[in-house]
Amino acid sequence: MSVLPETAAVFWRPRLDDARLRRRERGWTVSTVGHTVPWLLAAAALLALEPLSFPVAAVLIVHAWAIPSLYANRGALVVRPRGRAEEGPERTALGLLGDLVGHEARELHARTGLVLERGALGVWLVGEAGALLVRPGGRRADCWCVKADGELPSADRTAHLLLALREDEAGFATVANLAFSGAAWRVRRRLAARMRPALDAARMSNGRR
Amino acid sequence: MARLVRMDRTGHSTLAEWAPGDAEAIEAAAAAFREQLDAGFYAVVSTGEGHAEQVRELPVDAELVILRRPIAGG
Repeated sequence: MSVLPETAAVFWRPRLDDARLRRRERGWTVSTVGHTVPWLLAAAALLALEPLSFPVAAVLIVHAWAIPSLYANRGALVVRPRGRAEEGPERTALGLLGDLVGHEARELHARTGLVLERGALGVWLVGEAGALLVRPGGRRADCWCVKADGELPSADRTAHLLLALREDEAGFATVANLAFSGAAWRVRRRLAARMRPALDAARMSNGRR
Repeated sequence: MARLVRMDRTGHSTLAEWAPGDAEAIEAAAAAFREQLDAGFYAVVSTGEGHAEQVRELPVDAELVILRRPIAGG
């Protein structure tokens, strides 16, 4: 197996594997709980002490809801489409990307702008400047921010990431920055509507019940 | 006919084509290949569904060799 050469540029990061990723995911869960529970406890305490304080308690509950949503929004942004090149280069790049994937993935990309790719860590949805990783079971999504250097048509940006992912999945996840890890449904709510079917497909193909 | 293509702002550019046994074309392709690697591109060939491999020498028997730029965390 080849090692992604770009990992040399992030030599201080330990190479990611399933166990390390699970630890990072647990860290995100703890962080989310840490951001949420104090607000909920404060709301409950207020209501217990003075029921008429319910408007303030409601604000605290909204805070508890909003903070993880904002993080999920940051995660969903990694697959936001970037600017497009002229029609000719875009068409040429799309042809090459189409040659790299099967019919099903090509059709999903045409509808959603994301390429579905199965890996050892889960099912990936590769976009132009980032990727979503739906973990086994389909409940958790990790959002990775990673991009190719230089000016490229959008399909070429996706093809760059797809090829790097296929070369070395663990290396790809090592190089990429984890922008969010959490409930897939939270990410789905923040995705552009046209991209949601891709996340649904990834979750379904990854054992979501 | 095997191809060496580079992903760039035009979509992709075909830098070389060769047929097995065409020594002259292979030599030209290998020279173009090395030039692109020296310019900072990485060369990748597909090795079956969902797999690709980085190569540092021109794989003469590959149908398609793709040159890509480095990626980095955003």
